[in-house]
Amino acid sequence: MAVTVLWEDREALPSDASAEGDALWLPVNELAASTAWELKPEGACRGDLCVPLPAGREGGFLRDGGRQFNLTALAGLLGQPALHETAPAVWAFGEAGGSRRESLQSLEAPDFTLPDLNGRMHSLSDYRGKKVLLVSWASW
Amino acid sequence: MDLPVWQALYEELGEQGFLPIAVALDTGGADAAREWIERAKPTYPCLIDQHHVVARLYDMINVPNAVWIDEQGRIVRTTEPAGAGDGFRTMDRTTFQMSPEAIEGYRQRREVYLNALRDWVEHGAASRHLLAAAEARRRLAGPSEEQALAATHFRLATWLHEHGEPGAAQRHFHEAQRLRPESWAYKRQAWALEQPGLAGGPPFWAAVDALGERRYYPEIEMEGMPR
Repeated sequence: MAVTVLWEDREALPSDASAEGDALWLPVNELAASTAWELKPEGACRGDLCVPLPAGREGGFLRDGGRQFNLTALAGLLGQPALHETAPAVWAFGEAGGSRRESLQSLEAPDFTLPDLNGRMHSLSDYRGKKVLLVSWASW
Repeated sequence: MDLPVWQALYEELGEQGFLPIAVALDTGGADAAREWIERAKPTYPCLIDQHHVVARLYDMINVPNAVWIDEQGRIVRTTEPAGAGDGFRTMDRTTFQMSPEAIEGYRQRREVYLNALRDWVEHGAASRHLLAAAEARRRLAGPSEEQALAATHFRLATWLHEHGEPGAAQRHFHEAQRLRPESWAYKRQAWALEQPGLAGGPPFWAAVDALGERRYYPEIEMEGMPR
């Protein structure tokens, strides 16, 4: 079944996802491509940050001899909102409010990468050294 | 549209290290924004934000909203209306004419805002318009759990819209609006996708009228800014 995964600002189409009720199971080896998280002996890790899977609840995260991973359970562990539609099959895992609230306290401007009209990508961090006025507008 | 205003300021202050980055909150993508950008001929970055990522990261609930970011990538003024005020509410809705007082208020507000930017470019960290770190932190509360959920509904809605599911998209747009009623960007984007013109049409004015005494653009807390 083709399932689209929207994980924060990523969009992925894992090759072998299976949805069961509120749970979305992915092959462990597709986890990183869809979410930037991967499974290590320490738990679920993104870069240097590792979150241990809760002791005694491993079955809620892993099945099929450790070959499949429950993305909804991971989102829950990380405090990310999770929504889905069945037709077409699309799962949206948003940003965790708590981690954003925490990181904003550093006053560091959150980075992002967006295209211009010609499709050229720009990141905010490309413009370090400038006094930046980041300003929204819209055609509507 | 403000793109020419930022272009003029960039031409004035660009050599002193000032850079506007304009972000179009437009799920319609480059096609929706193109006409405005091509007309303004900006030489500063004009980016297309189909999924309102910048709106989420910087808590921009309307346009124009702006945040000031210094040379080290630190937020030195948090998100606020970029010199915009509520004068448009006096507009005649058939002729789109504003009262002379409203036009003058608009001009003054804009001038104070642009002068504050000039002051920042000239004085840097010593500018009186920068927020103390404690005040910036207080204003950067970040998203509540409800707001984070609203943003997730909005993200899902934009995907559904892009994949030819307008009905399902509107359901999630409505959820986002219900969870974050103060976001005009959520409302107006959804109206614009539902039907061209709707974002500035009857539902918009009905929602503005429903504000009563409450403001459309929150007050800008800046020295010399008209209320």
